[in-house]
Amino acid sequence: MSIDTIEGTHPAPGAEETGKAPVLEVTDLRVTFRGFNSNPDVTAVRGVSYRVHRGEVLGIVGESGSGKSVSSMAAMGLLPDHASITGSVRLHGEEILSLDDRAMARKRGKVISMVFQDPLSGLTPVYTVGDQLAEAVTTHDKKTPKAKARERAVELLDLVGIPNPENRYRSFPHEFSGGMRQRVMIAMAMANNPDVIICDEPTTALDVTIQAQILELLRAAQRETGAAIVMITHDLGVVAGFVDRLLVMYAGRPVEMGSVDEIYYGSRMPYTMGLLGAVPRMDLERQGALVPIKGNPPSLTDLPPGCPFAPRCPIARPECEMAEPELLQVGEQPSAETIRATSEEAGHAPAQVKDTGERRVACIRSGEIDSNAWTAQDIYPVPDIAEFEGYSSDREQRADMLRVRDLIKHHPLMKGAVLKRRVGTVYAVDGLDFDIREGETLALVGESGCGKSSTLMEIMGLDEPQRGSVEVMGRDVSTLSKADRFALRKDMQIVFQDPMSSLDPRMTVFDIIAEPLATHKVPQEEITRRVYELVGLVGLDPEHVTRFPAEFSGGQRQRIGIARALALEPKLLVLDEPVSALDVSIQAGVINLLEELQAELGLAYLFVAHDLSVVRHIADRVAVMYLGRIVEIGDTDSIYNRPSHPYTQALLSAIPVPDPEKERGRAHIVLDGDLPSPANPPSGCRFRTRCQKFLTLSAQDQEQCTNTEPQILPANGGDQGTACHFAEGREGVR
Amino acid sequence: MGKFLARRLLNYVVLIFIATSFAYVLAATNLAPRDYFEQMQPPPDPELVDAQLDTLNLNDETPLAQRYATWMSGVLSGDFGQTIQGGSVTDQMLMKAGVTLRLIVVATLLGSFMGVVIGAYAAIRQYRAFDKAATGASFFVLSVPTVVIAIVIQVAAVTANDLLGIQFFRYSGEYTAGFQGEWWEMLINRVYHAILPTLVLALALFATFARYQRNMMLDVLGADFVRTAMAKGLTRRKALFKHALRTAMIPTITYFTFTFGMLVSGATFTEKIYAWQGMGAWLIDSIARQDVHVVAAVSFFMAVTIMVASLLSDLLYAWLDPRVRV
Repeated sequence: MSIDTIEGTHPAPGAEETGKAPVLEVTDLRVTFRGFNSNPDVTAVRGVSYRVHRGEVLGIVGESGSGKSVSSMAAMGLLPDHASITGSVRLHGEEILSLDDRAMARKRGKVISMVFQDPLSGLTPVYTVGDQLAEAVTTHDKKTPKAKARERAVELLDLVGIPNPENRYRSFPHEFSGGMRQRVMIAMAMANNPDVIICDEPTTALDVTIQAQILELLRAAQRETGAAIVMITHDLGVVAGFVDRLLVMYAGRPVEMGSVDEIYYGSRMPYTMGLLGAVPRMDLERQGALVPIKGNPPSLTDLPPGCPFAPRCPIARPECEMAEPELLQVGEQPSAETIRATSEEAGHAPAQVKDTGERRVACIRSGEIDSNAWTAQDIYPVPDIAEFEGYSSDREQRADMLRVRDLIKHHPLMKGAVLKRRVGTVYAVDGLDFDIREGETLALVGESGCGKSSTLMEIMGLDEPQRGSVEVMGRDVSTLSKADRFALRKDMQIVFQDPMSSLDPRMTVFDIIAEPLATHKVPQEEITRRVYELVGLVGLDPEHVTRFPAEFSGGQRQRIGIARALALEPKLLVLDEPVSALDVSIQAGVINLLEELQAELGLAYLFVAHDLSVVRHIADRVAVMYLGRIVEIGDTDSIYNRPSHPYTQALLSAIPVPDPEKERGRAHIVLDGDLPSPANPPSGCRFRTRCQKFLTLSAQDQEQCTNTEPQILPANGGDQGTACHFAEGREGVR
Repeated sequence: MGKFLARRLLNYVVLIFIATSFAYVLAATNLAPRDYFEQMQPPPDPELVDAQLDTLNLNDETPLAQRYATWMSGVLSGDFGQTIQGGSVTDQMLMKAGVTLRLIVVATLLGSFMGVVIGAYAAIRQYRAFDKAATGASFFVLSVPTVVIAIVIQVAAVTANDLLGIQFFRYSGEYTAGFQGEWWEMLINRVYHAILPTLVLALALFATFARYQRNMMLDVLGADFVRTAMAKGLTRRKALFKHALRTAMIPTITYFTFTFGMLVSGATFTEKIYAWQGMGAWLIDSIARQDVHVVAAVSFFMAVTIMVASLLSDLLYAWLDPRVRV
C-alpha cells in the first residue's frame, strides 16, 4: 500500500505528541442556528472533533458553507445568542463551552485568540491602532498602567514589522493598508502570548505578495509564542506548506483527517480527491483538464439522509444514501451488507468520534480506494479538451484580434468644491503594449491596484484613448463612427467577476441571454433558437431558462454570464477575473468550460486575473503588470519556467503550491512593503522600491534604476520580453 | 482644519444675510402694516397713519429698496427696528429666544438621549419583545401629529389635576403670573411649568431618534470590528458599548444638531398650546399683526440657529470620526 511508504518516511507530527495533553480539544461540536419567523433551522456544524497540541499547526479546509469558520467561532464563544451549540470544547482540559460571556472573555485574547479574514473591517475605525492594541493588554490586566500598555503596543507593532511603530501608534486604521492592518490584527492576537491562535482565512483578502508576508509573520508568531495554530482556509496551497495535520470539512462535518502528506499524496475520500484535482497547479507544465466536481454543496437546512457528498460523488453506491458514513480509519468501514442491515433501524446518527491523531476517513469505499490506489483522475470523469485546429501554429501568421499600443489612462486628482484645480494625476494605465492573436489567450496579471481593470475598461469603451491606440480586429477604434462602434461590439464581449451582481435579478435567464441579441436586432425566432443553443453550450438545462438568477449557484450564474457574452458570436472574449469569486470545485468546471469553448469556437481570450495558478492553466501568453505598466510579457511556459523580471520572480515564488513536500522545500522571495500609490510612482523603474534585486546592485547600477525607466526588451530569446535593466533568468516554479 | 472652519463660517454669514434679506423682502411685500392701523377703531387720520408708518420705516409708499437699506443698516449695528406697536424688536427677540432655546435644548437633549438608549438596546434585542415594544411605541408617536400629542397631554394633565384635587401639573404659561418668592422658588415654579411642553417635544424626538439609532446600531452589530473587540477579551456588553455604539453614534450626532435647528421653528405649535411666549408663537402673532420687522427678525434668528447647529455638527463629526479629519 502506498500509504505505508508515506508514513514510513514522514511520521505525522501529531502522532508523536499524542501522549501529551492537547491545548485545545474539540469533541463532537454541533452548531445550529435557529430560524426566525418560521425559517428552517440551519445546522452549520455537525459533529466536529479535533485536538491541537502545543507548537502544532492544524489546518481546516473546506469550501464556503462547510462550517469551518462557525466551528472555530463557537470555540471562541463569538457566535450570536440564537446559535445553539452542543458538544465539548476543552482548553487545557477545562470545559469552556458552558462558560458565561464574562468568564469566556477572560480566556479570549489571553489563552485563545483569533485572526480574522477581512482586515479592512476588522479594526474599529474611530480608535487609533495603538489604543486598540493596548486595549488587548489592559483588558486582561486592569492594573497595567497606561504607559506600560502603550509600551507593549509599540513593541508589538515593531514585532509584526510596522515601520516606525512609535509614530504609527497614533495612526487610525484607515491610514493603514490591508496588509498592515492584518499585521495589527496578528499583533493583537499575540499580545498576551496565547496558547492557541485560530486564523480564519487570514490571507484570503490579500494580494499574493502580501499573503507571503503575512504567512511569514504567522510562522514567526508561532515561533515567538510557541502557540498551537488552527489555520482555517479554502486555499489548498496555503495549507500545504504551513500545517502539520489537516481536517477536511464538507457540509458541516469532517470527512477526512490526517497528516498533510497523507491527505495530499493519498486521499481516500472522493471529495478531498476531487478538491485536490480541481486546483489549477502553477508548478505543473501540462496539467490537462481539471477535475470538475458536478453539482453543488447541499443546503444545510435540508440534508440528504446519507453521505452529504453522495449526490456529487462519482463512485456513490446505493448504500451511501442509507446512512451517513462514520469517520473511521481506513479499512474499518462496515461492509455494504452491514449498512443495509443497520439502516433499517430508524434514527441512526454517526457516533461521536475523538481525534486520536490517526488518519480517519468518512467514506464507506475508502478501503476500496486505498487498496486500488485510485487517484482523482481514476474516479472522476475528466473531460478531454481538444486543441482548436483551425489556425496556423505560427503565431505571427495569425490575424490580430486586439492590438494595444502605448495605451494610457490618467485620472486627474481634483481638489476644491467650486473652483476645481488639479493637484495630481493617478497613473492608472501608463503605456501598455500588447496584442492578442486569433484563438489565443493572453492573461493580464498583477496585484490589486496595478491597472488591470482600468485597462479593460479603456479597451471595452472603444473610445479614443488619451494616448496610444487600440485596434480591434485590425480597426483603430478612434476612427470608428457610432454605427461602426455598435457593430464592433458584437465581436468583443465581456464576462464580469462577480456573478452575483452582474446579472439583473429581475430578468429570467432567457431574457438575460436574449438581450444582446435583441439589441442587435436579431429576429425573434432566431433569438429563441440561439438562446437554447447557448444554454446547452455552457452546460445548463433547457428548463433553466425560465428561472431567475437568484435560483442559481455562483458557478451556474457565471455560466449564464458566459452564455450572454457568447450570444453575439464574438471572436474575442474579455474575462475580468471570471472565477475568482467561485469555490475551487466550481471554479474547475468553469475553467474547463472556458477551455472547451475556446477549442470549439476558436475564441481569443483576454483573461484578467490575480491568481497565477489559474493563469498558468488557461493562458497561452502572460503579461505581468505593476503600477500601470507591463514589466514582463511572454508565452506562459517561458514566464513560469524562466521569469526574468524580479517582480515576476517574486510573484511566482510567493504563491504557495498545493504540494506539501515541494512547498516545504521552496524558498519564498518575500517583498517588502505595499504597492506604492499610483498617484506618485517612484522615478525610473517603478518596482525599485520593493525590488529584491535592487538591494544587491552596486550604487552605480542603482542609479540607473532610479533615473532611467526600463523599456521592454527581449529576454531569454524568443517571445519573452522584460522591462528590467538587470534581467536575468531564474529558475521558475518547479 | 482652522482654514476649513474659517471658510465655513464665512459661508454661513453670507447665507444668513441672504436668508434674512429674502425674509424681509417677502414680509415687506406681502404684509400690509397700513391695514393694521386703518382697521383701528375709531379709524385714525390717514396723515397720522402715514406719519406713524414713516417713523416705523413701514410706509409702503417709500420704495422697497430704501426701506430695506434703512432696515439693513440698523440690523448691521444690532438694531432690528421696532415692532408695529413701537417696542424694540431686538430686546423682545433676546427675551423670547431665551424662552425657546430653554425649551428646545432640554427637549432635544432628553428626547435624543432616550431615543439613542432605547434604539440601541432595541437593536441588540432585535425581534425580541423589547424591540417590538419600542418599535410599536415609536411608530405610534411618529404617526400622531405633535399638535395632537400636545393637546392630549394637556387634557390628561387637567384630568389628573382634577383627580388629585391640586394643581399638580401646570399646562399654561411659562411661570405663574404674579408669583413672588425666593430665586429658588421661582426656579422650581418655572421647572414645573416646563415639564409638560418639554415632554411633548421630547416624545416626538424620542420616536425619530429611536428608529434612527436602531438602524445605525444594526449596521454595526455584525461588524467585524465588534467581533475583533470580543476576540481580544472584551465581554459582549463592553464590546457593544465601547466599539459598536461609539461608531454608530457618529451619524446620530449629526442628525441631532440637524433636528435641533429644525426644532427652533418646529416648536411653534407646542409653544402656542402651552401659552409659552417663545419665538414660534411670536412669529404667528406678528403675521396676524402685519408686523414686518418681527417676521424678518424671527427668520434671522432661525437662520442663525440652523447655521450654528450645522457648524456644530461639522465640528462634532470631525471630533468623533477620524476618517474625515484633514
